Amino acid sequence: MKEIDIRKHEVVPKHTLLNEKEKEELLKRYNITLKQLPRILASDPVIKLLNGQPGDVVMIERKSLTAGQADYFRVVIKG
Amino acid sequence: MLVERIEFGIINPEMVKRLAVAKLSKTEIYDQEGYPIEGGLMDPRLGVVDPGVRCRTCGGSVGECQGHFGYLELTKPVVHVHYAKILFGLLKLICRKCSRILIDPKEIEKIQSKRLGLKELMKLTRKKCPYCNSEQGKLKFIKPYSFSEGAELLSPVKLRERLEKIPNEDLEVIGFKKMRPEWLVLTLLPIPPVTVRPSITLETGERSEDDLTHKLVDIVRINERLKENIDLGAPDFIIEDLWELLQYHIGTYFDNEISGVPPARHRSGRILKTLSQRLKTKEGRFRGNLAGKRVNFSARTVISPDPMINIDEVGVPEVIAMELTVPVRVSENNLETMKKFVVNGPDIWPGANYVIRPDGRRKKITPQNKEEIVKEITPGYVIERHLKDGDIALFNRQPSLHRMSVMAHRVRVMPGKTFRLNLSVCPPYNADFDGDEMNLHIPQTEEAQVEAQILMSVQKHIRSPRFSGPIIGAFRDQISGLYLLTEGEKKFSREEFTQLIRAVDTEIEIPEKEYMTGKEIFSIFLPKNFSIELKAKSGEKVVIKNGKLIEGPIDKAAVGAEDGKILDKIEREYGAEAFKKFLFSITRLAIEVLMKSGFSISISDQDLPPQATQEIKNMIEGVRKEVDQSIEQFERGEIKILAGRTPKESLEHAIKITLNQSLNKIEEVLNKHLKNNYTLMMAKSGARGSLVNMVQTAAMIGQETIMGERMQRGYIDRTFPHFKKGDISLEAKGFVGRGFKSGLTPFEFFFDAINSRESLMDKSLKTRHSGYMERRLVGALQDLKVEYDDTVRDSANRIVQFVPGEDGLDPSKIERGGLDVDRIADRLFG
Repeated sequence: MKEIDIRKHEVVPKHTLLNEKEKEELLKRYNITLKQLPRILASDPVIKLLNGQPGDVVMIERKSLTAGQADYFRVVIKG
Repeated sequence: MLVERIEFGIINPEMVKRLAVAKLSKTEIYDQEGYPIEGGLMDPRLGVVDPGVRCRTCGGSVGECQGHFGYLELTKPVVHVHYAKILFGLLKLICRKCSRILIDPKEIEKIQSKRLGLKELMKLTRKKCPYCNSEQGKLKFIKPYSFSEGAELLSPVKLRERLEKIPNEDLEVIGFKKMRPEWLVLTLLPIPPVTVRPSITLETGERSEDDLTHKLVDIVRINERLKENIDLGAPDFIIEDLWELLQYHIGTYFDNEISGVPPARHRSGRILKTLSQRLKTKEGRFRGNLAGKRVNFSARTVISPDPMINIDEVGVPEVIAMELTVPVRVSENNLETMKKFVVNGPDIWPGANYVIRPDGRRKKITPQNKEEIVKEITPGYVIERHLKDGDIALFNRQPSLHRMSVMAHRVRVMPGKTFRLNLSVCPPYNADFDGDEMNLHIPQTEEAQVEAQILMSVQKHIRSPRFSGPIIGAFRDQISGLYLLTEGEKKFSREEFTQLIRAVDTEIEIPEKEYMTGKEIFSIFLPKNFSIELKAKSGEKVVIKNGKLIEGPIDKAAVGAEDGKILDKIEREYGAEAFKKFLFSITRLAIEVLMKSGFSISISDQDLPPQATQEIKNMIEGVRKEVDQSIEQFERGEIKILAGRTPKESLEHAIKITLNQSLNKIEEVLNKHLKNNYTLMMAKSGARGSLVNMVQTAAMIGQETIMGERMQRGYIDRTFPHFKKGDISLEAKGFVGRGFKSGLTPFEFFFDAINSRESLMDKSLKTRHSGYMERRLVGALQDLKVEYDDTVRDSANRIVQFVPGEDGLDPSKIERGGLDVDRIADRLFG
């Protein structure tokens, strides 16, 4: 069976891993620690494809009817 | 004292002993003189409930001492009813002989860190003990608190022996940490302090004990009897019986609603309320006393309408205003006014009920001591004065389904015994005056008052976040009145229009005119440069240009609550105060118009001219024929079968369409023939009722349905025994070709009753459903909060949303799904 890249599906928003600098900026912007970010499992299909490790932060660019684009940040956790 | 952490677990008998201040064993509670016996259940060391007595343990008086636990040594161990199930699970998991876990050590290694539940562990157990290789007997759980192995009953003593032998490493696999399973079987019973179970002294001097005390007396008594019998060497069966009885009493002490066990009763036959019953249910400790509490400074009474007060006011009866108070700190500036309140005292409004001295002492003001108190008042005192006009109050009507169910109003003290509110605030509260009651709360601090005013006042809740329009607006009579005034080109003489305008406002200049039209009168109250175009409910065009109503009637679409386009725009462009003023003005105007012109309805409003009746009759006849034709077609198998439907369903569908069309046609006929009367006017303007209601009274009710289908239940293959089996004609399936006015046949009436009952049931089921949904939603969202950096966070300060609602827009302020920034800028600067 042909392997399908789910990231190309239209209902899957764009996920990108942040680099260390971006991560730090994000935490500084909201004055928070990693623990205060919304979480996502390392076993999440998209995270597996991105090879995200626990502690990484992923930016999700969601389409929104009212706001156009809404960025969301989630920290990868074990599982 | 600082609470560092809370640990949940099973209480250890050692701990019971350590927490206790007294060992109890006496069966008597009081001696001959009526003093509590030491070692009895009301032991003075357990705390105080009577005023004037000091605690023997801590020396505190009532209020200071919260009580101390005691303990009872049980002669024989008993099972804790709520742990019985866990016990059974544990027993099955361990070897009957050596008490080792029945799982292979190799297997254990694999699952060590997995935290499996009892059920999952059970799946891994062996038939034979992997340690001592002994056979495992069949265990049975005899509800509610006994166990047997084969034919032999396992006594709590044996249970304990087995559990005690389980090694700690096996327990860790099962999930016990810092806990021993034998603690699940009780050997010591903690006796709660007397403050938990206070006795009440009746007027006769008799003492009445709490239910828990009664239960504890039973336990102590049986425990002592059991001990005596064992000491005497009584036969085994007597001891067994007493032991069983002790188990029963301790079981019901924890939970008096165990299935299969008769509940313990009071002497009078009343079922005792024991520990579980105190905590459980809506009235229990959690839902009744911790999650929700009774509050002070609140009032509740029947509501009634008052169009003369403003929408952000509430009429408070004088008797209530003299009971509810606001604390005011005395300063040099208000000293004299405050003194006046005290002079009036508690019985003359506006007076005061209490003074609080600078040292914090509260003193009740009575007609006798008020003169004295006035003399001592100096700055620094606090006076709890009666409610007076202008005070802030929170007004609420249950069910509180949205935030507009609690709003801040300004108080207006009035004679009478009901709360008064402006009719326009009925929609947000969903209130009417058929006996509705509402609650009033008085914020007690300046912060609370200001906060209520800023966040909760009626003005701040004109727009509903549900549909971003005004939820407060004209309805019922207000719409009738305005429609009557503005519809067509009615002329009012100088005398008439002067009276109308003066009824609203005594300041407005009366135009120098001989005559004024209704539209001109309405226009007076519009903002000067206001322009809008909209469609009236009837489809007519309504045009307002520069504050002048040029064409079209004012109806629900213009000023109605939830729909009013004019109200929407006024609130948006001129603000809440202008909205309030406008709404109040048109309310007064509408009522004045109705009073001057008169407004009444009659059954004759539904009268139709003979030719209309004939027309409708023919129409119904036509429908009948059409349906009969469809049925014939169906029987001949010639019916057009619709995609995805069986022939029968296609027929039903065809009939439904025919019926719907006929109803529309009848509506047209009514529209054509009905004289312009008040009933019709109410329907047209959206004040009350609809054209469907008129069709149902004047012409016909139409098809009665159940679950969206034509009637089909009752007898086998027919709805009534006088129809042929399998009859699918209109009459046989609940078609009512008559209106309420001409009357229904008994069969039609019955069909209608079926239909009505279904809608009634649906309605009640739906409200219950949505009520529970709301409760769960509130539970999930209650501690979310928008922080100052515009992130949505929960109580642990974790981010839930980075921008509220993804777009950061306030749903009550948006227009067509967003904000038109250009237009707002144009209005403000252009």
